Amino acid sequence: MLHPEPHPAEVVLLTRRFRLPDSASIGTYLATEGYQAFRKALAMTPEEIIEEVKKSNLRGRGGAGFPTGLKWSFVPRNSPKPKYVVANADEGEPGTCKDRLLMQYDPHSLLEGMLIAARAVDARAGYIYIRGEYRYLIEILDRAIEEARRHGLLGRNILGSGMDFDIYTHSGAGSYECGEETALLESLEGKRGVPRLRPPFPATSGAFGCPTVLNNVETFCSVPPIILRGGLAFAGLGTPKNGGTRLFAISGHVNRPGVYELPMGFNLLRMIHEVAGGVRGGRKLKAVIPGGSSCPVLRAEECDLPMDFDSLARAGSMLGSGGVIVMDETTCMVKAAARILRFYARESCGFCTPCREGTQWLAQVLTRLERGHGQRGDVEVVRDVARNMLGRTFCPLGDAAAMPALSFIEKFRDEFEAHLEGRPCAAEEVALHA
Amino acid sequence: MPELIRLTIDGRSVEVEPGTLVIEAARRVGVKIPSFCYYEGLSLAGACRMCLVEVEKMPKLQTACTLVATPGMVVRTDTPQVAEARRAMVEFLLTNHPLDCPVCDKGGECELQDMAFRYGAAESRYLEAKHHVPEQQWSPVVFYDRPRCILCYRCVRVCDEGMGVGALGVVNRGGRSEIAPNRGDHLECDECGACIDICPVGALTSGMYRYQTRPWEMNHVGTICAFCADGCKTTLGVYHDRIMRGNNRDRSGLNGEFLCIKGRYAADFPHHPARLSRPLVRQDGELRPASWLEALSLVEARLREALAAGSPIGVIGSNHTTNEENYFLQKFARQWLKTNHLDHQRTGDVPALASALAGREGTLASTEDLYTARAVLVVGADLAQQHPLLSWQIRANWRHHRARIYVVTTGPVREDRYAARSVRVEPGGELEGLLALAEALRAEPDLVILFGDAIQGEDVARLVAFGDSLGIPVKYVCLVDYANSRGAADMGLLPDLGPGYQPLERPGMTLEEMLECPDLAVLWVVGANPLIGRQRPPSRFLLVQDLFLTETARLADVVLPAASAYEKDGTVTNVCGEVQRLRKVVAVAGVKTDLEIFSLLACRMGFQKDPVGWETVLREIADAVPGYRLSVPALLAGAPQRTHFASQASSSRRGKVRSARDTLFTSGTLGRFATILSQVREAPGALYRG
Amino acid sequence: MKFSEQTEARLARLIESRPPGHLRSALVPMLLFIQDEVGAITPEVVEEVCQRLGVSRRDVEEVVSYYSMLRRKPAGRYHIQICTNISCMLVGGAELFEHACRKLGIGHHGVTEDGMFSLEEVECIGACCWGPAMQVNYDYHHHVTPEVFDRLIEQLRDNGGKARER
Ligand SMILES: Cc1cc2nc3c(=O)[nH]c(=O)nc-3n(C[C@H](O)[C@H](O)[C@H](O)COP(=O)(O)O)c2cc1C
Ligand code: SF4
Ligand code: FES
Repeated sequence: MLHPEPHPAEVVLLTRRFRLPDSASIGTYLATEGYQAFRKALAMTPEEIIEEVKKSNLRGRGGAGFPTGLKWSFVPRNSPKPKYVVANADEGEPGTCKDRLLMQYDPHSLLEGMLIAARAVDARAGYIYIRGEYRYLIEILDRAIEEARRHGLLGRNILGSGMDFDIYTHSGAGSYECGEETALLESLEGKRGVPRLRPPFPATSGAFGCPTVLNNVETFCSVPPIILRGGLAFAGLGTPKNGGTRLFAISGHVNRPGVYELPMGFNLLRMIHEVAGGVRGGRKLKAVIPGGSSCPVLRAEECDLPMDFDSLARAGSMLGSGGVIVMDETTCMVKAAARILRFYARESCGFCTPCREGTQWLAQVLTRLERGHGQRGDVEVVRDVARNMLGRTFCPLGDAAAMPALSFIEKFRDEFEAHLEGRPCAAEEVALHA
Repeated sequence: MPELIRLTIDGRSVEVEPGTLVIEAARRVGVKIPSFCYYEGLSLAGACRMCLVEVEKMPKLQTACTLVATPGMVVRTDTPQVAEARRAMVEFLLTNHPLDCPVCDKGGECELQDMAFRYGAAESRYLEAKHHVPEQQWSPVVFYDRPRCILCYRCVRVCDEGMGVGALGVVNRGGRSEIAPNRGDHLECDECGACIDICPVGALTSGMYRYQTRPWEMNHVGTICAFCADGCKTTLGVYHDRIMRGNNRDRSGLNGEFLCIKGRYAADFPHHPARLSRPLVRQDGELRPASWLEALSLVEARLREALAAGSPIGVIGSNHTTNEENYFLQKFARQWLKTNHLDHQRTGDVPALASALAGREGTLASTEDLYTARAVLVVGADLAQQHPLLSWQIRANWRHHRARIYVVTTGPVREDRYAARSVRVEPGGELEGLLALAEALRAEPDLVILFGDAIQGEDVARLVAFGDSLGIPVKYVCLVDYANSRGAADMGLLPDLGPGYQPLERPGMTLEEMLECPDLAVLWVVGANPLIGRQRPPSRFLLVQDLFLTETARLADVVLPAASAYEKDGTVTNVCGEVQRLRKVVAVAGVKTDLEIFSLLACRMGFQKDPVGWETVLREIADAVPGYRLSVPALLAGAPQRTHFASQASSSRRGKVRSARDTLFTSGTLGRFATILSQVREAPGALYRG
Repeated sequence: MKFSEQTEARLARLIESRPPGHLRSALVPMLLFIQDEVGAITPEVVEEVCQRLGVSRRDVEEVVSYYSMLRRKPAGRYHIQICTNISCMLVGGAELFEHACRKLGIGHHGVTEDGMFSLEEVECIGACCWGPAMQVNYDYHHHVTPEVFDRLIEQLRDNGGKARER
């Protein structure tokens, strides 16, 4: 899964151990500054730790990009309840496969990040919620946890500091929605993956009704370098307000698909043409979904932009989970949209009206269109249904389904019209002339 | 008093208590925000998205049903964006809806129909194939039609939270989500039908009512349920003089919308084929149909003979007849038949409580008190089986106010699940079991104690002494079984106490003694079945008034067919001592109300000139019975009236006190003729039964 | 029901790691671990899990029907899950799935007659950069072309056959 060498443009910080022999073992980890950040954190006050994370401008890598230090600071200081740290290792967003590598090649960095978070909020236990399909990662993480326990890094009186904290793995069983933080907590508590009403937010009432820090795997993995080298150093790697590096999973029609660690704000076109080796077969770039399937699609000419949360928001899309899906000129946009919407229809939890009914409706119409059974008005129906969902669903999954539907139609409307009228669409034209 | 919060809704300013939801705040200023999943008293869902509103400074529309009002909030429900959102939600809900309104039971009282009418689109743009799932029958009571279901989860929540049963769940996900019963393909539950009534659409329908009639074809009459002592108001739907269903959707009465299977679906007994419709007179050892004239003449003759001979006459009253009937019967017996041999089947020791609390005001708990008290103690009773409304009230109190519940019983009860403490005792050990709780109870601000027949006789006074020893305000409920058990005792159907527990100089025989007494010339049994499993009593003449040919009626010399509670007007007193009005719902040919029968006999025998009406008797009760100083106009208007134990007297003669150990699915004689009760497959709860 | 030592140990660890009073929290992984051994969530498994965790049958049914990896009927010896989601689709995932259907003579959620293979078209499995991707039981296979697929099937058939003889 790894290229033998990192690309020269990469800044290897989170991925620096990936290519070491036996990279997942605690031996390798300790030999490469492992748990030094945690030792440092033990000497810091919780406030200092949170301050450092704030300074780093680290923003959540799970999708929403919420400032991590700020999130940690919401956990009440003097709640009588136990507190928890939960790692979101559900990685379900199509186009995203970075957390998998972090856990496979450097599981201890996740544990260390969680330990530091536990220290910052005085948590009693941590859970790593891993999607059921990642069974082999549970084995790897359980082994790492066991190693950490043997080294006195987990359990009671950690390193003689008086701190008690342990980490446990927890398996999902097939549900994209369980990546949404409150659905994840429900699932962790043994229930259906149906999201919770907010407020209260997990920081005050999360796992088992207790204050909880919940972050993405990559977010936690970013914490040890922040503590070790200082928040400012981390922030300096990225752009203002978007600190650090980020693992981008580049998939689709590129010559060298893969997961690359690049500084925040790295140019998207460079990413495709330089880092990922350009569009396959020398074809023309047609479109890019920049942050996982729920982000609005960009036309090729919109792609000359820095990959950070704010720039993408300005471009009308999102950085999301960093899954860059590249589509060349042979791609049928109706087919792509239909496939994406079938995904959301299958994964909608069904709790709220607009998402439950809307995703089904969109998937049905788009699939008909894809198969050449379009009817007059279909394109308007897709647009209206998506608009009617947008911003009106109980959790963001509804938006995640509506946004691609809307953006595909908005940006490639003529292809949808062509399908409707039985004309060859742009992708077919390319195929015809090839 | 916490400071009020001022906000603006559609330009109207409104002040509300902190914590108020915008949807409720809007209601206060007459702004109706549509909703399906929001339901007052249940946990919040935010699922249907019907209630979206615009709020200043918030980028997205907000659900008014989950949004707590904050100072200065500016809410708009009348903008094009909101209208469009509502239209869109209705459109979404209708995509997979079958639109079979013409044959749907809910047609005409369906919230989805109403919403579509008010906020919906005229035409649907949904051209895809609808998802079809066949209708399912979950029990004789409950049917589920998935395509009609809008997944508002009201049913799941009312079953979980309101009933404490949790028999309904949600299975599958996405568009395939559906409600499912707890036993795979069928339900095992209280069969209360709350899920059916709370369903805003026709997804849940009842086995009793489905495909029978249309809502607008019925007359709706609010009366008091004829079964247990809790006194729920039920609004009976009547079509062609038959009762089709009961519900209390308008939340009037002391039960709000609560009803159990009996209140909702057991009202078919008036039309049961075994119902008596003609008097029966024994001839040559056989009961033969006779005319009212013939039967009443015979009764008159026997009573006259007995009076002339100075032979004793015994009277056994009913737990089901109205206060007016009970009062009139005791007057008939004591004043005209000159006998104190008067009793009824006692199911709880109310007289003992009356004597223990005599003269103390405010020590009887009302139904409302069970919802507001800070602590509740249940001694020796399975409330969920025997007093479903009281159980519901306590559960709601725990959910909404975090009341602390204490339980002392011989076995597990539903209250255990949320009780602060549950104490298990051997039968008879209830009073002793209390001591374990004394310390905890002393720390409570106030308390209501409910007790079953495990506490009777002297023990009642001991229980009250225990309550006094706690040093906190304590109120009591003496649990009794049937619709007017309490009224029977209050009206003096007792050998030693007159109406309002006034002591009598010469107490008469108890029920047990009357059944054994060889000297009785006449034994007159009204609406009771004391001879079940027994021989004919030695009395010379046995007169029975009842709805059915019960074990007792079979042994009678004359049987007079009586009207049931749903066939007459009057008042009844519930287990908490609250008097409520019964209204005549249907007429059944051939029968007479017990009051009519008493009154006719009294006229024939020259005790009075003209028959009396129930209102006359009620006024007499309000004047004459201590503790029953009721506001008759308020009562007639439908407001429950509280009573208290006014008399200073104590009981001298103890009769047998025994709860009938009914369950949710039994109710003495009446229960046997309510067909639905025998059709449900649930095993009736065993506790406090044997 | 009693499970293998290995499964029991795994379940024991799961239960130990739950906060006091939150046994139910073990439900989802417990079902999956038991399914790995039993092959499916049978009514007996539901009953057993109710007992072990003190939850109601309703609670378990709600969960079983929600999660896509939990199934009521056993899959084949080799459960093949092919991703056809967007990243994989772009590089031939859908064609791979169609090829698999033809090759095995079964469709989505089908099981071959000999019980050797079952097939499922799944959503993204986190292998987007290495598509077309699939999982056989829990093992990942990346860059799966129809030819790679055919070779793998033959190999598994061989293995499976042998396993059966033993
Ligand atoms: C439908 C949906 C799916 C999500 N899936 C994931 C996921 O698989 N992994 C993840 O880390 N975050 C996921 N998220 C985001 C989480 O809700 C949450 O924001 C995130 O885990 C917080 O961590 P962060 O602040 O470190 O990003 C998802 C959100 C939604 C709405
Ligand atoms: S938007 Fe609604 S139906 Fe969709 S996943 Fe979220 S809560 Fe479930
Ligand atoms: S799209 Fe196939 S693994 Fe992600």
